[in-house]
Amino acid sequence: MTTATEDRPTGPPEGTPGTEPFLSVRDLRVRFATEDGLVKAVDGLSFDLPRGRTLGIVGESGSGKSVTNLAVLGLHDPRVTTVTGDILLDGRELTHAPRRALERLRGNTMSMIFQDSLTALSPYYTVGRQIAEPYRKHTGASRARARRRAVEMLGRVGIPRPERRVDDYPHHFSGGMRQRAMIALALVCDPELLIADEPTTALDVTVQAQILDLLADLQRERGTAIVFVTHDLGVVAGVCDEVLVMYAGRCVERGTVRDILKSPRHPYTWGLLGSLPRMTDDADEPLRPIPGTPPSLLTPPPGCPFHPRCPYRDQVPDDRCRVERPPLAPEGGGRASACHLPDERVRELTPGAVR
Amino acid sequence: MGASGKPPVDGSAGAPLLEVSGLVKHFPVLQGFLLKRQVGAVRAVDGVDFAVREGEALGLVGESGCGKSTTGRLVTRLLEPTAGRIAYRGRDITHATRKQLAPVRSEIQMIFQDPYASLNPRQTVGAIVSGPMEINGIDPPGGREKRVRELLETVGLNPEHYNRFPHEFSGGQRQRVGIARALGLSPKLIVADEPVSALDVSIQAQVVNLLRELRRERGIAFLFIAHDLAVVRHFSQRVAVMYLGRIVETGDRDALYRRPRHPYTHALLSAAPEPDPDAQGRERIRLAGDVPSPVDPPSGCRFRTRCWKARDKCAAEEPPLTRVEGNAEGHLTACHFPEEPTVVRDRTVVLDPALAALEEGTPQEEET
Repeated sequence: MTTATEDRPTGPPEGTPGTEPFLSVRDLRVRFATEDGLVKAVDGLSFDLPRGRTLGIVGESGSGKSVTNLAVLGLHDPRVTTVTGDILLDGRELTHAPRRALERLRGNTMSMIFQDSLTALSPYYTVGRQIAEPYRKHTGASRARARRRAVEMLGRVGIPRPERRVDDYPHHFSGGMRQRAMIALALVCDPELLIADEPTTALDVTVQAQILDLLADLQRERGTAIVFVTHDLGVVAGVCDEVLVMYAGRCVERGTVRDILKSPRHPYTWGLLGSLPRMTDDADEPLRPIPGTPPSLLTPPPGCPFHPRCPYRDQVPDDRCRVERPPLAPEGGGRASACHLPDERVRELTPGAVR
Repeated sequence: MGASGKPPVDGSAGAPLLEVSGLVKHFPVLQGFLLKRQVGAVRAVDGVDFAVREGEALGLVGESGCGKSTTGRLVTRLLEPTAGRIAYRGRDITHATRKQLAPVRSEIQMIFQDPYASLNPRQTVGAIVSGPMEINGIDPPGGREKRVRELLETVGLNPEHYNRFPHEFSGGQRQRVGIARALGLSPKLIVADEPVSALDVSIQAQVVNLLRELRRERGIAFLFIAHDLAVVRHFSQRVAVMYLGRIVETGDRDALYRRPRHPYTHALLSAAPEPDPDAQGRERIRLAGDVPSPVDPPSGCRFRTRCWKARDKCAAEEPPLTRVEGNAEGHLTACHFPEEPTVVRDRTVVLDPALAALEEGTPQEEET
């Protein structure tokens, strides 16, 4: 058992008293103007995240996972991007916040761990200096104190001999150590919201397991809210409380990690789980991939965006999947899924669709 | 040269297609201005023995830097081996010349990890897939174009896309183009170097299934190189685990995944994420740090610096790759103190200093 799932209660439903959402996103829409037309990268996304909990955002490349996070951090280029909807961080509206206000929050109240630590860290400055910089900026600490803080943070994330490694450059570090340094950089100001965008995708499994446990332990210690973006449902099982499955810029299903992995309702989630090779199933059986490829966001399919790949679309009468976009129907307990299949059909199909 | 000095003894029948013994590849580390001197060597592959039988898939697993890709490139003779022997159908091809290799080359094909980098962006898919046929002077009945269209159909692409360029395809489709190119010469052995790790899960499953079908229907043998243990389990009949240029454990799929003996195999299996919130009873092992540098690998057993069972003997003596007591035929392990043959146990091993400190709730101590 991983520590991540230890002694954690299953997620309380949204709106339960006492779990005021720390981050609240309502009807977020992100559009890019490109030469080929308007790309609706995120199209009406809503979610809540209380303190001390982890929300997993799962989906294939191009489903809008990273775009959502960059919108929360206010990192989109306003010249080509339109962001609408509400992003509330601890009650503060971020969508239309001025640049200065966002700069005060970034790296301080909210911070981000990027996937590729080699490109996210500057090769020009020492690791220690890069960790110390946001700390100095946000707390006004002296150079010497910031350096001590950088050493402390490096030690905390498990870099051996931090007082010596603090003066190394990123290329002196191995991939796993760089990712640890990135985590140290993200956590240096004790953020209350941490956005981790595929933080372990580029790492080996043994190192990935270390990093995931480290994040979970640090979260338990400080009660950080974490948005965890990944395409790996195996990783989700270990670290997340709630999961949001994205497809073509929209949420198609959400629920607790147990809901999503044990009794998923949406055919896309079934497909994701069916494609995943597992250590425990019959290895001589072929995998069950989702046919086709993700849709283009320039010309998304009409109706349900998943219908061209959905094996169950013919079971819905009147061709509804092709014409009518299914709404994200809440089912209580924070669960919701966007599919036209009637509930009783879903119940019949689920056991066969999920091994 | 290798740990056992001879090729591993494989239990089951089936003519060996590819036999590798004592394979070594050292990349020189040069230093100095104008007059370069060799100051050391990256011991990427350091004595590896294995065999791939006809129609069989051998999975080669390990972390980055363990030498698995180098092994693949040595086998296809894209790299010149430093020492050891590679035999294809009993013929020594270790240092064969271009001319000697020509007839063999068409039978050993390769699929690369990065479908973006391994296809020429200036060539149409038709030209890419027919290229190897042209070079090898293969004229299939009905012409090359017809054959290419058939191949595109086999790998699940629209034959109409003959004149399209690689950038018009998605990652999964590009990987299919790479597979079609490899199939063009009717190979007997395909070396697939991380063929699915750059793809999304749903697409990854499509490609794994396609490769499985090809293996079954055409009897193509595979050397399947990957770091994802679950993918390897779904594709290979036999698996070899590599660590720092050596094979530390090899055996049948079931033996290796259900009854692993080497501590490193245990660590790898315990770290593989499972999409099951109830994955109880699995062992939990968290190694400290990363793989050491292959320039100066640890003495004796190479895994000892990250192993929780390491003792003096491990530093002094290199463990041979042999059949440990209680192992099935063909299941070889290189360890002085092998683990119990199970993946279920209550003990957790946490070697990572930061993790251990956080989990004990003790104040953070600085490492010395």
